[in-house]
Amino acid sequence: MHGRIKIKSTAQQEEEKRKEREKKLKIYVSARDTCFSKRKEGILDEEALQVTQQLLSSNPDFATLWNYRREILMHLETVKEKDEVQKIYEAELAFLESCLKLNPKSYGSWHHRCWVSARLPRPDWSRELSLCDRCLSLDDRNFHCWDYRRMVVKVSGVPVAQELGFTDRLIGSNFSNYSSWHYRSTLLPLLHPESPESPSPSHEPPQPSPSHSPQTQSHRVCEEQLLKEYELVQNAFFTDPNDQSAWFYYRWLLGRAEREEMISCVYVSRDEERVAVAFSRPVNAQSVSLLLVLDGQPQKVEWKSVHPRFKHSPVCICDLPPGTISDITNEHNLTVHWTEKYTHRDCALYTGRTESWCRDSATDQELFRSELSVEKTSVLQSELQSCNQLLELEPLNKWCLLTIVLLMRALDPLGYEKETLAHFQTLKEVDPMRSAYYSDLCSKFIIENTVLKMEYAEVRVFSITDKNLTTLCHLDQLLLVTHINLSSNQLQQLPPQFAMLQCLEVLEVDNNRIENLEGVYHLPKLEEVLLKNNKISALADLQPLASCPKLRRLDLRGNPVTQAANIESELTALLPSVTDLLL
Amino acid sequence: MRSYYAANWASFTFNGLLSWIQQYQEEPQPKEVQDWSSLLDEGEELVYLSNPDSASISNLQVFCFTSEEDEEEAQSSDLPNPTEEKAVNEDTDVKPSADSNEEATTEKQETVGGAEEEQLQVTPTEGEEQDTDKPHLSTAQSQLEPTRKRITYAHLVKEGRRFNIDLVSKLMYSRGSLVDLLIKSNVSRYAEFKNVTRILTYRNGNVEQVPCSRADVFASRQLSVVEKRKLMRFLTSCMEETEEHQAYSGRPYLEFLCDQKLGDNLQHFLLHSIAMVTEDTPIEEGLAATRHFLRSLGRYGNTPFLFPLYGLGEIPQCFCRMCAVFGGIYCLRHSVDCLVVDKDTNRCKAVIDNRGQRISCSHFVVEDSYVGKKAAAPRRLLSRAVLITDGSVLPSDSDQQVSMVTIPPVAARYPVVKMVELCPSTMTCIPGTYLVHLTCQSAGSAYEDLAPVVTRCFHTPDSPDQENRPSVLWCVYFNMVDGSGVELEGHGLPSNVYVCSGLDSTLGHEYAIRQAELIFQKILPEEDFCPPAPNPEDIIYDGENPSTPAGEEDEDGAGEEGKREQSQTQE
Repeated sequence: MHGRIKIKSTAQQEEEKRKEREKKLKIYVSARDTCFSKRKEGILDEEALQVTQQLLSSNPDFATLWNYRREILMHLETVKEKDEVQKIYEAELAFLESCLKLNPKSYGSWHHRCWVSARLPRPDWSRELSLCDRCLSLDDRNFHCWDYRRMVVKVSGVPVAQELGFTDRLIGSNFSNYSSWHYRSTLLPLLHPESPESPSPSHEPPQPSPSHSPQTQSHRVCEEQLLKEYELVQNAFFTDPNDQSAWFYYRWLLGRAEREEMISCVYVSRDEERVAVAFSRPVNAQSVSLLLVLDGQPQKVEWKSVHPRFKHSPVCICDLPPGTISDITNEHNLTVHWTEKYTHRDCALYTGRTESWCRDSATDQELFRSELSVEKTSVLQSELQSCNQLLELEPLNKWCLLTIVLLMRALDPLGYEKETLAHFQTLKEVDPMRSAYYSDLCSKFIIENTVLKMEYAEVRVFSITDKNLTTLCHLDQLLLVTHINLSSNQLQQLPPQFAMLQCLEVLEVDNNRIENLEGVYHLPKLEEVLLKNNKISALADLQPLASCPKLRRLDLRGNPVTQAANIESELTALLPSVTDLLL
Repeated sequence: MRSYYAANWASFTFNGLLSWIQQYQEEPQPKEVQDWSSLLDEGEELVYLSNPDSASISNLQVFCFTSEEDEEEAQSSDLPNPTEEKAVNEDTDVKPSADSNEEATTEKQETVGGAEEEQLQVTPTEGEEQDTDKPHLSTAQSQLEPTRKRITYAHLVKEGRRFNIDLVSKLMYSRGSLVDLLIKSNVSRYAEFKNVTRILTYRNGNVEQVPCSRADVFASRQLSVVEKRKLMRFLTSCMEETEEHQAYSGRPYLEFLCDQKLGDNLQHFLLHSIAMVTEDTPIEEGLAATRHFLRSLGRYGNTPFLFPLYGLGEIPQCFCRMCAVFGGIYCLRHSVDCLVVDKDTNRCKAVIDNRGQRISCSHFVVEDSYVGKKAAAPRRLLSRAVLITDGSVLPSDSDQQVSMVTIPPVAARYPVVKMVELCPSTMTCIPGTYLVHLTCQSAGSAYEDLAPVVTRCFHTPDSPDQENRPSVLWCVYFNMVDGSGVELEGHGLPSNVYVCSGLDSTLGHEYAIRQAELIFQKILPEEDFCPPAPNPEDIIYDGENPSTPAGEEDEDGAGEEGKREQSQTQE
């Protein structure tokens, strides 16, 4: 019939496709072989450029060919005029664009583009930026493009304000984008640095330069801009409270305080002739530049960490040469210099005293608020209100709950203790997959609160019982504690950090699940260890106790290890100082 | 006899629309009934079809509010001339000089345009209205001392080819049956589409953006953060049927919304702009509409809607093109006068066109207006207005926004109006202008229904105080039949004649697609509806087998996609 058209059958189509594929393969293989042999012979001509282009346009992930291409291009640079080189590289960019269309995440293509852009005599950076914009509008998570874009921005010196506008745009079109939020967090401190003296220099954005990279600058952002950011990010988490990218950015906004680096405590003990120094952050005991001056004389001492398991520790100890301070009728003045930080701390050991220390009276502000910022209380308070408002609408949202907990911590850790614990309970229920994380975090907060209470009470006794503790932390804060009671919790071990309790005399950890005593290590004053109803199952697990010279009382009742044969005699052999053993 | 395809689904250039208007303006010529009985064979009889055109469009009114000529000319020659409508009949000398460049046909339309200068009323009976409109003329003229350079009527005509003005105003739901069909059939390759970029609503005297996607809600400045949360939660929760929904069964959607304590803002957005239903719509329908909207959201962009470049008239053209590849034939300027029916079988054997050509057929699909019983119940009507304006109802950073605007009843007895504002990049209007379509169910004439909305949203001689709103340069009002109320069965027609309705009043294309599919299945119950078209390279063209043209031909002016598919498979 007229006009009637026939359609090829599936078999016909298949056959044609097969032939097509075969043909393509043949061409591909022969072109590849040509390339390889040319390269072997060291031929760097334009024909090779063409052949590699053919191959790469069908397979842009052929690294060897890109390398060959670069060799040829570098050769051409030496023999061609500058204008011609410009043209060659421009053609290269156009070719790369077609490769990126084929595979927008091709490592080879993006790498080559970086290379070409760097060699182009007269680069057109705005064109490169718009290429990135196009790529990111198609896939805002293409990290190759993000990387390339960072390079372009850096080299071409795009103003920071413009870049911030760029993140505005991306976040506006889809706020579930870590890359954009993170980029924002690097730009804001540059554009709106915290400076109490001068207002934010938004009218004159500083140019990004190597010397002012985000890393070296303050991470703080001026308050005016912070308030705007709070508003922006609130819009995001109210719109979709389950999107974590916004919450993470919010955490960044809230938590920017950094603790001052300092020596927080110096402790000296006459009996052991030992000095312990606590820092505001962990230091490497071997390499930290510390100078101990005793009665005006620099001492040559060996600083070491409290436990061989870690090099970095917030507490370092050293032993003084024997006899230097052992005479109780002498008074001594110690100074510890942290030379690289230009800071030091003095400590006087008076006549008749067996020990002495010097420390700041640690306030909660300095101790534990560093996770959230030292932002004005009013700001944090209003942020807490917003989050509470959201919680009313979304009572089971874990991000909201967690953020509220953090805000409460920052505002008044002791005052909000009850609410905080209740929120943790909810968190464990709504997010059971992470219940252990919440338990640990909750333990941390309980310990912080207890430390604060202990500070206020000015005692050397630390007690947290029956609070479901799952982990121990902030043990550097317990350097001066003599009695610790952690009974009836969920602890599984006394970690190596436990060795920072240099003054500990009595350790009570009854009714836990302790299997491991690694941290009870070289505690010079430890006399009593009460370990009733734990999970110590082998004699080897008690080995660390042997390093505590003064241990005389040990309660092991209710531990599997007591069932072992000959346990008593083996223990006596292991711990000869123990006179009071309960099995 | 039409000189354009697709009946009321057609799209016109500005000049084309002017001649279309002229055609309706002219007195309908009584159809000469010719006796074609000489063409009959034994056992056959004739069934005459009626002329559809006079019935489907009514109450046509045209207004031009921009100066006719270039500013300088106008000022020098005939600026303060409030009685310019007298020029209506003196056509040639008011024509802008630019016309002389145009070809003859355009020139003729131009004349028409000149005649319509101020208003063109096709309903001669309503003299009263003519009077009320006259005062506008002087107002319109006084607007000619503008602060900005306005686009003149002459310019509109000169650039008239760049307009693509649809008679129908619809949008394509991104997950609606038309999009599905275009994809499934590969017909989509013949067209390009643009996203509707924003949903707007008219509220408290202002045009506001309706945040409906996640990104919109995030970016919205009108909503508080709590409202944002409530809105997002509502939108998420309504996707699934809940017991709460069931508890409201049969009660209005509005009542359900009220009880959600969403606040006025959100309630307005949800009812009028997202569900796009009225205050008394029951919850089932309201939820279904909301879900349809939400399902379409985010497939291609931030709103649920697509619009074809060059206008909706492209859609039937695309199906036609596909059909033509498989041998479908289209005839302009032919109309079918009558059917030839076999008395014994009560089947239509052939049709006879207005030139007396007998064309045999095995199936015949026709729009209901050709076979309609005029005396039957009064047909429901749609009120339409098409405006050419000089700015967007809600200016924004981008001047290339395509906006869907929902307008709740302006007063108690007024209908809900849907407005679509198209920017030049949709290729439906020229740079510097916007093409605005208004549609509603008729309560009165199109002018009565829609003019109040136009004066509220735009700057016209009737709303001289709204200087800050976009000005209407030119507009046309008309009513067209709402095909959704049409009875498709029971016309007593031969069994192989299939009746389809004209367009319906809904925003989407669901109704038309469903009808097309139903008719197709009646004709070819075994066949797949619109199967994927083969790739061009898989088609074997062989010039062999020349035989006489197939008997079936598509009837003139067939506007319904269904017909296209039919001829596609009849070969």
